[in-house]
Amino acid sequence: MELTADEQDILAGKSGEAARRALAYQIEVGRFFGARRFVPITNAHVMGDIEVLGDAGLSFLKEMRELGARARIPITTNARCIDFAWAERLGQDAGECAKEREVIATMQGMNVLTTDTCINYQTLYQPHVGERVAWGDTGTCIHANSLCGARTNFESGPAALAAAITGRTPEYGFQLDEHRRGSFIVDLSDATLADLADWGAVGKLVGESHQNYFAVPVFTGFRRTPLSDELKQLGCALASYGSMGMYHMIGVTPEAPTLEAAFHGSVPADVERMVVDDARIEAVYRGYDLGDGDARLVVFSGPQLSLFEMKTLSELFAGRQVARGSACFVTTSNGVLSAARKLGYLDPLEKAGVAVLEGVCFYILQNLTPMREKNGWRNMISNSAKIVNIIGAHKFRTILRRTADCVEIACTGKLS
Amino acid sequence: MSAPLATITLARAFGPVVEGEAIVSDEGFSPRYDLDRWTGLITKPGHKLEGLSIKEKICFFPTAKGGIAAGWAFNDIKAKGIAPKAFVFGVTNPVMVQGAVLAGIPITEGWSPDPRTIIRTGDHVRLDPSRRVVELLRRGG
Repeated sequence: MELTADEQDILAGKSGEAARRALAYQIEVGRFFGARRFVPITNAHVMGDIEVLGDAGLSFLKEMRELGARARIPITTNARCIDFAWAERLGQDAGECAKEREVIATMQGMNVLTTDTCINYQTLYQPHVGERVAWGDTGTCIHANSLCGARTNFESGPAALAAAITGRTPEYGFQLDEHRRGSFIVDLSDATLADLADWGAVGKLVGESHQNYFAVPVFTGFRRTPLSDELKQLGCALASYGSMGMYHMIGVTPEAPTLEAAFHGSVPADVERMVVDDARIEAVYRGYDLGDGDARLVVFSGPQLSLFEMKTLSELFAGRQVARGSACFVTTSNGVLSAARKLGYLDPLEKAGVAVLEGVCFYILQNLTPMREKNGWRNMISNSAKIVNIIGAHKFRTILRRTADCVEIACTGKLS
Repeated sequence: MSAPLATITLARAFGPVVEGEAIVSDEGFSPRYDLDRWTGLITKPGHKLEGLSIKEKICFFPTAKGGIAAGWAFNDIKAKGIAPKAFVFGVTNPVMVQGAVLAGIPITEGWSPDPRTIIRTGDHVRLDPSRRVVELLRRGG
């Protein structure tokens, strides 16, 4: 890689050992992808919680902190694995809770904003077209690239942290024009997409059949303006099932005013075209193995809920009760939770017996497998296609259902 | 050293030379979706390798799934002593590479021919990232 004088100084240790290590690490990653240079970034978003870090990760963070690591640009944190107000009730491990507090303190000691949210793009920061950032959590990346027209690769914990310490990232992947070109067309003309779960189902159908980070679907034919929460579900599902980092939607996303623009010129004659219509989406719902019909765990999480989703759920749960023996979880950010409380959306949920967790995501909860075993949960039902995909290693059988159906299942304990 | 039984060329590669037993998967991989990060076993119900351990294996996966977790998870499983010797991907994503580089685990992307046509789980292979090749040394028992 070509290094500027400033970068050569960092590599020579003139900005300290932590910055030297961070840049050396970034160079290895950049080299792998054939990056020719670094580009400056304005914002970073890092995943780091004890569940995924493990003791080795915590030691790494502490060592970097001791070596003087300090973010030189704003960097926020993703959802974590413990809501301390709930830890005891959920049977989470006290030792791991203590380590999670160490993670938070260590991050803060490196000038990291511990915001604990995976919906930073809805609640904290919206980069503009062409702005270069280094975001972790795949849902945040695909949103930044697609909806904001900003530029980021999937930047996992150590990579996002390194980027914040050096203020730059290797130029490869979605930082380059050539990878932002559409790859195939998805026609949504005959898809109604009335519920958030339907958007996740689209992401599953498109992602599962095209698993490739560099595949960029181009959506056409949708006949109304999609909402932020709908596109959140679509993006998270594409990133989860397809490992995809970007999509275009004609007339919606900033780099796709026309089909030609999405393909950076003329549309290739032999371009792949797929159709996602109502029939294919219904087939997704019919495709889940219901096992013995266990319906005692309903989860609204992965991604965290926006204020608008909290309002909708609040209305659906008003005057109702989660069924005896069932559990229903909602996860959201500190900011959304505060607003929901102030606006009266939280009260009906709490009265209904819904557990509303702050700053976490359900699938990464510390101690989740023992929690499943203790409660005897076999199925997990959710309106999020992402979490339905992602929670597998904890041995849940997972089932996608529409939002109102999930509420009905939570309140009746019956799966249809 | 005898000549390899077959050679696969790779597009991109990181890390030192390693030799070991191969695991060849028809299905993609994510340490968060598929792996029990305390035992090294693939535990996702229905995964084509469900029940198999990746510990000290050279793992061939056609694709990477998800997920931002690999960035830390590879370092974690290495410290726990349950890491594979290498990851050989058909198509990967930056997270896998960022995680493998942090953990010092060899990782590669792009292959020709497709190892699934040549190498079987249990075969003994050598990965040489600097020469960008995987060599089939001998068949498994």
